[in-house]
Amino acid sequence: MARRENSEINAGSMADIAFLLLIFFLVTTTMDVDSGISRKLSEKPPLDYKPPIIKMKNILEININRNDQLLVEDEVMELEDIKQTTIDFLDNGGGIGKTVDDVVGSPCDYCNGKKAENSSDHPNKAIISVQSDRGTSYGMYITVQNELLSAYTELRNIYAKTQITGKYAGRTYEELLLLDAKDNDALKAVINEIKDAYPQIISDAEPTK
Amino acid sequence: MSKFAKKKKGLPAVNTAALPDIVFMLLFFFMVTTTMRETDLKIKAPKLPNATEVKKLEHKSLVSTIYVGKAKPADRAKYGSGDKIQLNDKIADVKDIPSFIYSEQEKHNPEEIPYMTTSIKADVKCNVGTIHDIRVELRDINSLKVSYSTRKGNLEENTK
Repeated sequence: MARRENSEINAGSMADIAFLLLIFFLVTTTMDVDSGISRKLSEKPPLDYKPPIIKMKNILEININRNDQLLVEDEVMELEDIKQTTIDFLDNGGGIGKTVDDVVGSPCDYCNGKKAENSSDHPNKAIISVQSDRGTSYGMYITVQNELLSAYTELRNIYAKTQITGKYAGRTYEELLLLDAKDNDALKAVINEIKDAYPQIISDAEPTK
Repeated sequence: MSKFAKKKKGLPAVNTAALPDIVFMLLFFFMVTTTMRETDLKIKAPKLPNATEVKKLEHKSLVSTIYVGKAKPADRAKYGSGDKIQLNDKIADVKDIPSFIYSEQEKHNPEEIPYMTTSIKADVKCNVGTIHDIRVELRDINSLKVSYSTRKGNLEENTK
């Protein structure tokens, strides 16, 4: 047999093989990041638990009926108005704050609300209670939750802009969240201060049947 | 005359030697970013609601997903037309949620368990009652971190 000279390996079909694999991964890949409205559920109360007495003026009651209609503090309301109503309620600051470790709270000195008698005392006392019906659509429920969260974000933005001093002054809360808080205790402290100024207290009442 | 005609050559072939390199580069990119879909959807793929105030879920391995939606049209006769819950790869009952969460927790170290989140991927059209039932089950087993999975988008689509 005649010995042939070692020729180069034909790599022409390599591209085809690679294309095949490429197309396989293209099809199976899912690039979407899971994102959503996060919520911490309340713990299960013990059997002999007595709920604390809360003044009615510190609760903003939102009802959604099975036809996806809204009732806020016993008045029919459109979806567009719910954010402003929530902001007015949270930012009212008509009284003194929550008593923590026997230290009586102080009035809300950063609130810009009307300080009305019949609305919330302090952002850390203000509770939003959402009562929906079992037949309420999930889309409507999420829309309302989203409006409530955007009200909190707006208030926190204002607080961050006006009350924070030092390195992180003059930025909104949303801008601060975008910064990298890992291993940055100063930033973490600032974010926690803003969160504590307007803590999210949203409770889901047992849905009506 | 023929002398000149012979000189005329066709266009030289395009050099494709670098083509495999390019394709391999793309291939590796997709291989690295790909995440295989772990579960087949037994229910009709839920149309997630839109929201603007969304948070990204980090640490995908610490997320257990519960799908809520209607049964596929072909399975309507078997499962009925109400809201269905899918855990792993089968349609299940609300009562199966605790064991599902426990089995998810067993896959992780005990110190990671408090950071585990349950992502509820529910269809826009499903009922709050179903979601509430899930919430009650999760609360009973003290798995309190929940994320209502949404997409970023226009809120008006939710109530259509």
